[in-house]
Amino acid sequence: MKTLLWLQGLTCNGNTQSLLNAENPYIYEIFSKINLLYHPSLSIENNLNEIIDKILDKEIKLDFLIVEGAITKNKNFCKIGNYSISDLVNKLKDKAEYIIAVGNCAVHGNLPAVYRENKDICGLQFKFEEKKGLLPSDFKTKSGYPVINITGCPIHPAWFTQVLMALYYDRKISLDKFNRPKEIFMYLPHDGCTRNEYFEWKTEAEEFGHKEGCLFYNLGCRGPMTHAPCNKILWNRISSKTRAGMPCIGCTEFNFPVRENFFDTKKNMGIPEDIPLGVSKRAYIMISGVAKTLKNERVSKKLEDTE
Amino acid sequence: MPKAIQKEKKKLEIVKVACKLFAQQGYYNTTIPDIAKELGMSVGNLYNYFKSKEELAKYIMQYSSSLLGEEIKKINEMNISTKEKISLLVRRFIKIAEENPELIDYFLRVFLSNREVFSGGCEGFLCVQEVVTEIMLFLEEGVRKGDLRNQDLFTAFVTVMGPLGGLVFLKGENMLMKTLIEYADELAENIWRALKAG
Repeated sequence: MKTLLWLQGLTCNGNTQSLLNAENPYIYEIFSKINLLYHPSLSIENNLNEIIDKILDKEIKLDFLIVEGAITKNKNFCKIGNYSISDLVNKLKDKAEYIIAVGNCAVHGNLPAVYRENKDICGLQFKFEEKKGLLPSDFKTKSGYPVINITGCPIHPAWFTQVLMALYYDRKISLDKFNRPKEIFMYLPHDGCTRNEYFEWKTEAEEFGHKEGCLFYNLGCRGPMTHAPCNKILWNRISSKTRAGMPCIGCTEFNFPVRENFFDTKKNMGIPEDIPLGVSKRAYIMISGVAKTLKNERVSKKLEDTE
Repeated sequence: MPKAIQKEKKKLEIVKVACKLFAQQGYYNTTIPDIAKELGMSVGNLYNYFKSKEELAKYIMQYSSSLLGEEIKKINEMNISTKEKISLLVRRFIKIAEENPELIDYFLRVFLSNREVFSGGCEGFLCVQEVVTEIMLFLEEGVRKGDLRNQDLFTAFVTVMGPLGGLVFLKGENMLMKTLIEYADELAENIWRALKAG
C-alpha cells in the first residue's frame, strides 16, 4: 500500500478543512487506498517521531509527503516535537517519491511570508514569485518531479485528490512555470463564469451579490488573469465566488497577499491597469469600445425581465 | 499594378474629392453624380467602389481615423517622456491637418454635424476606434508612469482632442494670424499643464 504523510508548517488549517470536504473520491476512499501515516489534525495514536525514524531507517517507504503551511526555520514560530518544519522537510525530502505543497502558504509563503518580524518564512520551493523557497530551485524528488504545487487559499479538495490519484496510478502530469499541474491550473475562473455574457458586452456590476453584471471593471475581479478552475470544478459542487456575485480575489497566484484593494479595479483614466490574460491593452480597449457602442439589450435588463 | 492596389488607390482619390465636396457644400447638397463629375468618372463606375453615399461617408471617417490612429500609434511606441509625446502628438495632428485639410473639415462639418448619417454602424466608437484607442493607451500609460493625473477618461480625452480640433477649426475660418505649426508649442504646453500630475 502506498503511504502518505501530511505535515503542517505555518497554517490556518484551511487546506485540511478543504480535504475533509473531498468528494469523489471522499477522504475515506482515498485513505482506504493509501495508508495515511500521519496527519496532525486526524491522527490520534500514531507517533510522528516513530514514523519519521522508520522512514529514515527505510522500514517505511514514503510515497507522498504533503506539506500544508509556510516554512520557517525559526522554532519560535513553528515547532513540531523538537523540530522546526524546515528540519522535518529536510529530513524527509530525499525519502519521498513525491512532495506536494498544498495551498498558497506551502507553495509561495503567502500571508505568513508577509510578516516582517521573521524574514525566513517562505514556501517549499518558492518565495512569492521567486524560486527562493526552502529547497533549491533545481530540487527534484525521487520520482523526478520538483515539489508539485497546488495553489489556492485554500485549495479545492478535488484539485488535490485528482493530482494525488493521477500520481497514485503512475500517470504523468505536466506542470506550469510555478510547478502547478496544468490540467488544473490551465483554466481561469473566467472560463465557465456565468457572467461571461456581461463581460463580453461590458455591462458592469456596481454591487456584490447581484445576478447581473460583470465583476471585472469595477469590483476588482481577478477571474480573467488568475489560474484556477473555480468555474469548472465548482465549490461544494454547486457554486463559485463569481457565480454568487463575489469577485475572484486571485488566491491561487503568488502575489495574492501583497495586492491591495481586493474589491476595487485599479484603473488609469478609466482603463484597467491589469487586463485579461493573452490580450494586448490596445485590443482590449478596441473590443471594449465596440461592445459598449453596439450594446446588447438582454444584458441591460434584470434577468427576470428578459424574454 | 495589381488590381486590388489600383482599386485602393482609386478609392483614396474618391475619398479626397468626396471629402472636399461634402465639407464645402454640405453632406445633403452633395450628390454621387457631383462627386463622379468632379473625378471625371461615370456615376456607374463610382458605384463600383461605394454602394451608396452613406457608405462613402462612413468610409471617409474610417479612413481618417486609421490615418491619424497609425500616427499616434507610432508616437505611443516611442520611448520618450509623456510631455514629449504630447508635443509630438500636437505636431503630427497639425501636419495631417495641413496636408489633408479636407479630412479635418470633413470631421468638423460633416461627421460632427450630421450624426443621423452615421447612426447605423458608425456611431460612438465604431468609425473612430483607432484614434480613440491610441489616445486611451497614451493616457493610461501617462497615469501608470505617474506623469498624468488620474481622472475620468472622457475629461482627459476632450482635453487632448478639443484644443486640436478647435485650433484647426479656427484655421478653416481664416481666423488665425499665424500658421498652424507656430501654435504647436504653446498648445502642447497647455495640454501638458492641464493633464500633468501634481
